[in-house]
Amino acid sequence: MTDNLISTKNLAVEFNIGGGFFKPKILKAVDGISVDIPRGSFFGVVGESGSGKTTLGRALLNATKIARGGAVYDDGEVRYDLEKMTPAELKDYRKRAQLIFQDPYAALSPRMTVRDIIAEPLEVMGLTSGREETDKVVREIAAKCRLNLEHLRRFPHAFSGGQRQRISIARALVSKPQFIVADESVAALDVSIQADVLNLLKSIQIDMGLTFLFISHDLSVVAHTCDHVAVMYLGRIVESAPTKDLFNSTRHPYTKALFSAIPSLDPDAEDSAQRLVGEIPSPTNQPSGCTFHTRCPHVADICKSEVPTLETCDEGHAVSCHRWKELFETAAL
Amino acid sequence: MKPLIDVQNLTLQFDTDEGRITAVDDVSFTVMPGEVMGLVGESGSGKSVTAKSLMYLNAGNAVYAPESKILLNTKDVSLDVLKLTSQKQRNVVRGGAISMIFQEPMASFAPAISIGKQMVEQLLLHTDMSKTQCKELSIEMLDRVGISDASARFDQYAFELSGGMRQRAMIAMALSTKPKLLIADEPTTALDVTIQAQVIDLMRELVSEFMMGIIFITHDLGVIAQTADKVAVMYLGRMIEKGPVRDVIRNPAHPYTQGLLDALPKMDDLESPLVPIPGDIPSPLERPTGCVFNTRCGKVVGETCTVNIPEWREKNPDHAVACHLFATEA
Repeated sequence: MTDNLISTKNLAVEFNIGGGFFKPKILKAVDGISVDIPRGSFFGVVGESGSGKTTLGRALLNATKIARGGAVYDDGEVRYDLEKMTPAELKDYRKRAQLIFQDPYAALSPRMTVRDIIAEPLEVMGLTSGREETDKVVREIAAKCRLNLEHLRRFPHAFSGGQRQRISIARALVSKPQFIVADESVAALDVSIQADVLNLLKSIQIDMGLTFLFISHDLSVVAHTCDHVAVMYLGRIVESAPTKDLFNSTRHPYTKALFSAIPSLDPDAEDSAQRLVGEIPSPTNQPSGCTFHTRCPHVADICKSEVPTLETCDEGHAVSCHRWKELFETAAL
Repeated sequence: MKPLIDVQNLTLQFDTDEGRITAVDDVSFTVMPGEVMGLVGESGSGKSVTAKSLMYLNAGNAVYAPESKILLNTKDVSLDVLKLTSQKQRNVVRGGAISMIFQEPMASFAPAISIGKQMVEQLLLHTDMSKTQCKELSIEMLDRVGISDASARFDQYAFELSGGMRQRAMIAMALSTKPKLLIADEPTTALDVTIQAQVIDLMRELVSEFMMGIIFITHDLGVIAQTADKVAVMYLGRMIEKGPVRDVIRNPAHPYTQGLLDALPKMDDLESPLVPIPGDIPSPLERPTGCVFNTRCGKVVGETCTVNIPEWREKNPDHAVACHLFATEA
């Protein structure tokens, strides 16, 4: 038994996007990711749209096929190799790993009461022996997510965005999972409600000892909630570090650019911005060498031809950049 | 100098099956030429509806109160938007004097008509230019907003462009008629941060170049801090605080504005806890009496807040707040 709940090795996910049988066109959504998610951690993944962060989350839930490499799930009770699971193992894994969706308006069936929505996983997975027990579990979990008995009788349309997201959270928690993937779970909410949902997720994680994979495009949200952050760009991890290290000693130019793009609350803030030019390239047509070289302000010749590897630069801090040492020493970032 | 747009006591209700609901309640503000006003609030606060009424774009069941006035003053026209009766009169305002950028650029372009054709169409409608001139201007505008290879993009369709490009094309289209006032309704919400930063830079450049007024609607106070000159905060259809952006963000006077600022994750202090505003915004069908914020306010004082509607109080000549507590605090 190790301390990691999930541990991946060169994990890759590819999609066939046409081109015919003999010359298939392959889209590399996730391209060789090795990452360890410690048990009981709040692990953040950030990146722009198209960076492959959602696909990574889906692969770890075994909701999409793993093309190459592998991932191991080990919660102390069971140990599964995600790339080769038997149907029985997969059925058990579904209880242990759950997903909270982005849009709470689309994720809840409008025709079911809140009680039925939360109870459905229990009934489908046969986790309770009768209606009474189901009701008891539903009520317990609902109370944890600050939903009262009155709420359970109503339909989703009667709720606001923040309340709906709490219902989605309750549904994800009801099967007593160990691992939760929260995919942009606060992106659709107003700031005042966003803070409330983040605090709830955090307290649940501590109470129940869960492990979260928190996927977001918003670095400021990630910075406030996660213990460890991995930054993704075009299917690869470019930097991965404990949250404080990532913020205090940023090593990758892309991470730096993401930080400086966050609008400052201070109207007089110096525009230190290293603005990124252009947009993230299409994953079907990836640049050679370091995939970030088309937008990087510090690009050199080596970046265009050779693919950088993820090197450890500090305790728990890894970066994938040819020039990180030089940039860090000259304080160019 | 006369304000470009002067909104006075705007009250707007919608007739629905569930009764008449109040979307905007006694809102007044002005925008000068070359000024950027930020309009902030949660969903359901009435900010989009307020902006849409400036162009008379609200649905058919909208009822404007008789004392409401929206006065538009430009070099060519001086009129009350709400007094316009025919479609033809309104078209002078819509897309002519006032243009709007919507939140979701994919939904704002017709999917089966090329970008260029849509840009030319509106220019033909609002200007006296010939078709060739319209095309030239459109390509020039696309180039101006940073779209590379503009003449090729001109013949493409919305689905062929990425999100950031589409929003740039939308901005180019809205600006090509040289409007005096631009309404930007959450123009960067659907974009990635890196692209958002590019779009904000672009809009700042364009304001100084065209000297137009902008109303910038968003729920992101960081975006407001970087773009606006002044800011107005709305809650449940009422304006509750307005003033210069520095003043409002550094010294917010209304508990709601303070709450919005506290709820934001701060980059300079990662340890500080996120403080949510308790509860949810009430349904417009159950508007609280008195101060609309009293159901969620942590500082509520008995009947003062639950019965009486707070008046505007001046913090300083530019900065006003509608809160009973403000006088007692000061």
